[in-house]
Amino acid sequence: MAVSSVFLLPLLTAILSALFTQRNRVITLNLISSLALLVLAIDLLMSVSEYGPISIAFGHWPLPFGIEFRVDELSALLAVFIALVSTVVTVFMGHWPSVLETPRYFAFAQLLIASALGVSFAGDLFNVYVWFELMLISVMGMLVLGGRDWHIEAAIKYFVISMLGTLMMLAAIGLIYAVSGHLNFSAIYEASRHPDSASYISLYGGMLLIALLLKIGAFPLFAWLPAAYHALPAPLLALAGGLLTKVSAYILLRISGDVLDLSMYYQALGWLAVVTMISGVLGAAYHWDLRRILAFHIVSQIGFIMLGLALMNSEAMVGTQFFLLHNIAVKTSLFLVAALLWFGTGEYDLRKMGGGLNAYPLLAGLFLLSALSLVGVPPLSGFWGKLVIIQTSLQLEHYVWAGAALLTGLLTLYSMSKIWLEAFWKPRPDSSQSIIPLPWAMQASVLLLSIVILWMGLLPESLLSVLSEHTFKALEASL
Amino acid sequence: MSLWLILVISVTVSAGVWLLLSRDLFRIMMGLAVLSMAVNTLVFYAGRPGSIIAPVIESGHQVLSTDAANPLSQALVLTAIVIGFALLCFSLVLAAMVSYKKQSANLQILQESEPQSAANSKHSKPPIMETE
Repeated sequence: MAVSSVFLLPLLTAILSALFTQRNRVITLNLISSLALLVLAIDLLMSVSEYGPISIAFGHWPLPFGIEFRVDELSALLAVFIALVSTVVTVFMGHWPSVLETPRYFAFAQLLIASALGVSFAGDLFNVYVWFELMLISVMGMLVLGGRDWHIEAAIKYFVISMLGTLMMLAAIGLIYAVSGHLNFSAIYEASRHPDSASYISLYGGMLLIALLLKIGAFPLFAWLPAAYHALPAPLLALAGGLLTKVSAYILLRISGDVLDLSMYYQALGWLAVVTMISGVLGAAYHWDLRRILAFHIVSQIGFIMLGLALMNSEAMVGTQFFLLHNIAVKTSLFLVAALLWFGTGEYDLRKMGGGLNAYPLLAGLFLLSALSLVGVPPLSGFWGKLVIIQTSLQLEHYVWAGAALLTGLLTLYSMSKIWLEAFWKPRPDSSQSIIPLPWAMQASVLLLSIVILWMGLLPESLLSVLSEHTFKALEASL
Repeated sequence: MSLWLILVISVTVSAGVWLLLSRDLFRIMMGLAVLSMAVNTLVFYAGRPGSIIAPVIESGHQVLSTDAANPLSQALVLTAIVIGFALLCFSLVLAAMVSYKKQSANLQILQESEPQSAANSKHSKPPIMETE
């Protein structure tokens, strides 16, 4: 009951938002619905951490034949973060000029939330494929709603590459089904322990891994990400940048931890992670467009998640999950700060910005908090995930990996200080322009995210203890 | 049967990849469509086709006969076809919109949303598209 209400609420809101024609009604509906979603998701998390994982099979079919939604600690936490992002972004959308022109954006945003929740609850592979397709469709909808040339272009680029990834995923799922005879996660895991099929399942698992690497934006396959994201209106950019790659990374963790034994690929994954981290952060260092800088940082942060997975260690896995959740909050917060800077100055070009510290002191503080957390400065949330990942790679004597992770942190600091110096510290080049006040609701919602970041940093135990309750059985078996 | 299906899948995959490698927008979209058909056939093949015994439990029995057909793969393929077809229509509309506006379907036209190369601007770094 709790699971289906969490999942159905955004879906229903999406349909109603598409039907309503009055703008104010759509905004009110979305605000109420996303707040309710947050409450429901927290409630779900509480009941999961108290009574253990919840599993529902549609139509009460016996497992593994029924389609299963399975919610454990990690999925419930992910759902809470998705709901948090949804709430904050909805507040922004209610104030954003280009979104208000076309209220249909709300429908696609809610559809994206629903499909992200679908991915995080899904208990079988085909279900994962369907939710990924729905995520693709909703992002496509957001991209083309603007209707200008660059929107359509970005949509085409995004579509072709994502579709290729989805097709590859479907092919891998079909092959895994052919060998194991199952689609359900735990049934595939049981089948993969059978020596006859184990090697085939690992082989096709590699194909699934490549498809997921494309979805999360790993090294040679990330070009779609900075090429498409910046065409979205700023609040939806925050939604997509905060959720899409992270939800895909969650599925990567879930599949490699709970379903398939992918240990034969982890060495390669580690090196890919190194290249992903470095190339992402170097791309960010090159650009002056705030949106592109942040989009490239998504890539480099994804590298950390891959590295944490490649270490193949249960401690590192807990750190990686923590890092994943931290990243959702921090990335959304940074994109929203960029949105507010645009709201105040009308610019995304760092060279033309300035004077943010005097004009918007609260915003400057919020940026500093998120930026330092992204870099991994203690005691903020980014520190703990990175600490565990780097510590484990040193323990396992992967010195190059650890060194690359530290170097990435340093370069992240460079590009964050670039934003700080250009947008906040230096005086505005064109000093004749007046200061546009920022709506308090938007600032308050970024403040909410910052409180979550601060809480994750100061009291990491509360999350880590929940996360470490779940043991990844496929990972444990391969250790 | 298996051999035929494998042959069909491999020919379709190669045709799809060949179309994808083109520089024409419509060919790329059709390539994705052909590729998705190949993947659908693969998923269909995964459900061990060949049996023509309907998956219905006869009266008096508790379980299916072991050589009955597998209905699941058909259900999966049907879902994939529906999603794939919807996306194909949508992608063709997108390609048509862009090529109508630019009077060309060559991939070169897809540079509107990118920053211009540094050589064309007086700054050493590219200027920024204002796309809000």
